[in-house]
Amino acid sequence: MPEKQENLQNSTNTSRRSFFNKLWIFLGFVAFAEFISVVGAFLLPRKRRIKTSNFGPIIEAGPVEKFPLDSVTAFIRGKFYLSRLEDGGFLALSRKCTHLGCTIPWISKEKNFACPCHSSAFDIRGEVISPPAPRALDIYHVFIENNIIKVDTGKKIKRTEFRSGQVTYPKKKNDRITG
Amino acid sequence: MKPQKRQSSGISKCFHRIFQSIFPDPLIPKSEQERKRYLLKNLILHFRPATVPEKTLKFSLTWGLGGMAASLIILQFGTGLLLKFVYKPIPVAAYTSIQVLQNEVMFGQLIRNIHHWCANFLVLIVFLHMLRVFFTGAFHPPRQFNWIVGLGLFGLVLTANFTGYLLPYDQLAYWAVTVSTGVLEYIPGIGVLLQEMVRGGSDIGPATLSIFFAIHTAMVPFGLIILMSFHFWRTRKAGGLVIPRAPQEEIKEKPIRVPTLPNLLVREIVTAIVLLAFILVFAMVFNAPLESKANPGLSPNPTKAPWYFSGIQEMLMHFHPFFSLFIIPILMMIALLCLPYIDYESNTSGVWFGSFKGRKMALVAAITATIATPAGILADEYMIDLAAWMQGVPPSISNGLIPFMIILVGIIGFYVLIKRKYSATNNEAIQTLFVLFLVSFIILTVTGVWFRGIGMKFVLPF
Ligand code: HEM
Ligand code: FES
Repeated sequence: MPEKQENLQNSTNTSRRSFFNKLWIFLGFVAFAEFISVVGAFLLPRKRRIKTSNFGPIIEAGPVEKFPLDSVTAFIRGKFYLSRLEDGGFLALSRKCTHLGCTIPWISKEKNFACPCHSSAFDIRGEVISPPAPRALDIYHVFIENNIIKVDTGKKIKRTEFRSGQVTYPKKKNDRITG
Repeated sequence: MKPQKRQSSGISKCFHRIFQSIFPDPLIPKSEQERKRYLLKNLILHFRPATVPEKTLKFSLTWGLGGMAASLIILQFGTGLLLKFVYKPIPVAAYTSIQVLQNEVMFGQLIRNIHHWCANFLVLIVFLHMLRVFFTGAFHPPRQFNWIVGLGLFGLVLTANFTGYLLPYDQLAYWAVTVSTGVLEYIPGIGVLLQEMVRGGSDIGPATLSIFFAIHTAMVPFGLIILMSFHFWRTRKAGGLVIPRAPQEEIKEKPIRVPTLPNLLVREIVTAIVLLAFILVFAMVFNAPLESKANPGLSPNPTKAPWYFSGIQEMLMHFHPFFSLFIIPILMMIALLCLPYIDYESNTSGVWFGSFKGRKMALVAAITATIATPAGILADEYMIDLAAWMQGVPPSISNGLIPFMIILVGIIGFYVLIKRKYSATNNEAIQTLFVLFLVSFIILTVTGVWFRGIGMKFVLPF
């Protein structure tokens, strides 16, 4: 009877055996964890490697004068809207609704963005005027070089609401704001 | 003449030998004894038990639903394999390949229709199968774990449908998947990461399509084969299905058993053939929808989730996303998983709705839900605006926690009240709650599918 024999073994032997048993189980868990982490790492979203410059894909929108006050221009390639506010400032708004990600059209007649999916609405600054959207539209960094508006579409900036610090103004005060 | 004759008999002998090696036993068993042996010796049939309890053959026990689900899955494998020859899983080619399939491939449209309608029927039939298992108490021991396996199968069927939805890459597909995966963002902590994992990036694009294609054509079929085998094996180990009985009847220890061949097998084949005929006719009459090519710049109005997610989408119209998309679905899932492991007062397996009292209580719950759910939807649509009434309170509380708590208190109140009124066992009370949730969910789904129009505004379907 093998079982009886085992009972008769001296204690050092059994404890050594149980130590090895535990070691095997432990190693088994380690191996399992390795497999899981390899699969997990494999499936994890990758960092995008394509970077044309330090800033990522920069889109040139055009000269400041091209954009009338209180207007919105769509940029299909960059997937954003360039809003020019009444005070002359610029905002680059993502065209993705913050509710569930539908693409929002600008309704120029009503001066707002109206989401076709669950009827959220945003004003020219991207601020929510009617829910279910929980926060203002995402924005992209806007900067002006030699009077040319440029938008860095590489990095989306999330925000909960509109704040004046988000707006970029043309540097020259004597710019043709009256346009 | 002579040599020719000899030659032909030589060939036929050869064929006979080959045939014998493939089918060593008579193809059509004649006697009872031969039939039993036949079952064991046939590769496909030997998975089946030799005998089954006679009473479980009754159609009104299973309604053939599990068998129908299995038949549909086989049909999906077949049509799916064919579709794979034509379909191209990259965004620039996917839509065109579907057009080619429909317009240039012989029977391409028919095969696509069959695959499309079967997929939708499958969701429905698996759901009904789950209901019949629940209402005949077939989740009691020893079948507890098979309920869990079944839930896994249900999950796979939904995954298959959802991943398949994207593949035609038309407007319907693109935007339904956009809003359905947009939901993931509201899961606290890991939501954004999870969404990027599922989409393979921040938007729906080439990566999403290849991930969905991999899940749809490899992971899901593989999982289905494994889980289905396990499901059937557990059914068999439980000694067959639950044996239908009247409420007062005791569970019989040794039921009368009859041979599977022909009793069960013939019934299964007949059910499968009738179903197949129905599907074929349906697929000939109704084409699977195909809208214009996906355009990331233009969301159609309205954009709806697939119909099986419509109930959740409808909840989204009333609760803050954190509750409608995360808390409530998670709680429901946990409830379904725990269901067979609750400590029940009696084992009602085989009794439809558990008892006479159970039936009456289920009816009360169904009526309550039929009145309360539409009333709630309409009140929220036209009268209640918690977010506006509670200015300054974050919407996750005013539109989330507060209505959630109100409904929770209502449900607990209903439970306590009905349990006391009928002095019910916990079997009956839990079944009553199940019916309450079930009917509410069905009403939410119907509302989402037929009563939501442009801008997701409330409309009448006629
Ligand atoms: C792909 C999905 C599924 C397939 C193909 C399938 C197939 C089957 C089949 C063929 C049976 C034999 C009895 C019958 O026809 O009703 C069965 C029984 C059973 N199924 Fe499923 N099923 C699926 C999903 C589910 C789900 C979603 C559940 C529940 C969560 C479930 C739980 C059970 C249980 C507990 C039994 C044993 C019933 C009894 O003993 O009476 N199954 N299934
Ligand atoms: S996605 Fe815009 S409102 Fe839902």
